[in-house]
Amino acid sequence: MTLPDTPSTPASPGGLALDAEALYLELLRAVRPLMQPDTALVGVWSGGAWLAERLQRDLGRAGDVGVITSRMHRDDFGSRGLGGSADPTRLPFEVDGRPILLVDDVLFTGRTVRAVINELFDFGRPARVMLAVLVDRGGRELPVAADASAARVSLPASQRLSLARAADGRFTFALEERR
Amino acid sequence: MLSRRNPQLNTNGELVHLLSIEGLPRAVLTHILDTAGSFLSVNEREVKKVPLLRGKSVFNLFFENSTRTRTTFEIAAKRLSADVLNLDIARSSTAKGESLLDTIANLSAMHADLFVVRHSESGAPYLIARHCAPHVHVINAGDGRHAHPTQGLLDMYTIRHYKRDFSNLTVAVVGDIVHSRVARSDIHALTTLGVPEIRAVGPKTLVPGDLREMGVRVCHDMVEGVRGADVIIMLRLQNERMTGGMLPSAGEFFKNFGLTPEKLALAKPDAIVMHPGPINRGVEIDSAVADGRQSVILPQVTFGIAVRMAVMSIVAGG
Repeated sequence: MTLPDTPSTPASPGGLALDAEALYLELLRAVRPLMQPDTALVGVWSGGAWLAERLQRDLGRAGDVGVITSRMHRDDFGSRGLGGSADPTRLPFEVDGRPILLVDDVLFTGRTVRAVINELFDFGRPARVMLAVLVDRGGRELPVAADASAARVSLPASQRLSLARAADGRFTFALEERR
Repeated sequence: MLSRRNPQLNTNGELVHLLSIEGLPRAVLTHILDTAGSFLSVNEREVKKVPLLRGKSVFNLFFENSTRTRTTFEIAAKRLSADVLNLDIARSSTAKGESLLDTIANLSAMHADLFVVRHSESGAPYLIARHCAPHVHVINAGDGRHAHPTQGLLDMYTIRHYKRDFSNLTVAVVGDIVHSRVARSDIHALTTLGVPEIRAVGPKTLVPGDLREMGVRVCHDMVEGVRGADVIIMLRLQNERMTGGMLPSAGEFFKNFGLTPEKLALAKPDAIVMHPGPINRGVEIDSAVADGRQSVILPQVTFGIAVRMAVMSIVAGG
């Protein structure tokens, strides 16, 4: 599929100009052709879950989206433990035989995607799993690729990019130095 | 590196052993309860197993018998993908004269990662925690009359599940409190979580008066004890203590402190009834109450697995 690629998005440290709302509209356009009538949206907690909810609404689809967390399958449990709190995975539909579109805010190393795919398979055998992300920031450590992304940016590994949602539902990006 | 003030916490304040609820900050208890919530749903999946403890070995060391607690720890560890070894120590090495620390040293040489310890002597899990290697974790599954922290935590999980919040509750703990490590763990947890009224209810011989110093209301009258309560935690009357002259008879105890439908009617209409099990029907609790709509005794068992998964993954993680 052809995806709008925006490599020119300025992403210099300290001067990142990522308009999350504009990128969201881009993502909405990019996921339309991926949707089959029985495709279920599953958002990765927490940013991806917000995106999935809004996509569900804007795509005019009925029912609740799924929410999935990487917590139970992370590969850094031995060094980081369970980490902070996360909503438990909720998949309010039959996973067996279902096409699934995973949605996340940022695709980086690919480790979270690996973990949530394992989590997904604990609930059944989906017919197909695809991935849509708002921003692909490169830096992959696993053979993972998005089927749809609204932007590609390049950021130093020391920086953490994540989606924030305001009280009125509008999206913005937050950029911080990793501790 | 363990904290000087509390051997259960490392210098960052993270839980590395679970030995007692006493002295644990509210944030640690709340973190365990929140984490248990996410494990509860694992038990309802098609694949009831997550890989967090894959490659780790959990040794269940039961120096004292307990079917339910050992089984739920075993299920919890297996659902975290750990290898589980159950050692019926009471019938093996100790019987041949091996000391506790020698037993632990031998099991550590077998690359144990986590010990779940039940012992008739108060403090035995502390001794093990002090002498094991830094990467090894200890969970107290009941020591003497001292503490049974995972039971205390699963009781708190149950209360929070049904009552949502601790801040307006009246909780009555009824029965043989003096011999009960469950009562002690519950009272510490309820206090830490901010329950405004905790009552210890039972005959003078079985309720220590010094509980008042912990802010607990001591009641030697069942009617006063359960009136208006939101939660009633019944304790098992330990039959083996009956011979010591602490009670006239089981029948007498039931008449005064057994929970019957009539006494339960004095509590709030939506009060829940809990019991750590095993229950003695007709001794501390009437069958109509144990099997009644206000009883949450079986959900306690289910929650116990999630709470034990949470404790194991918190101490073993990081």
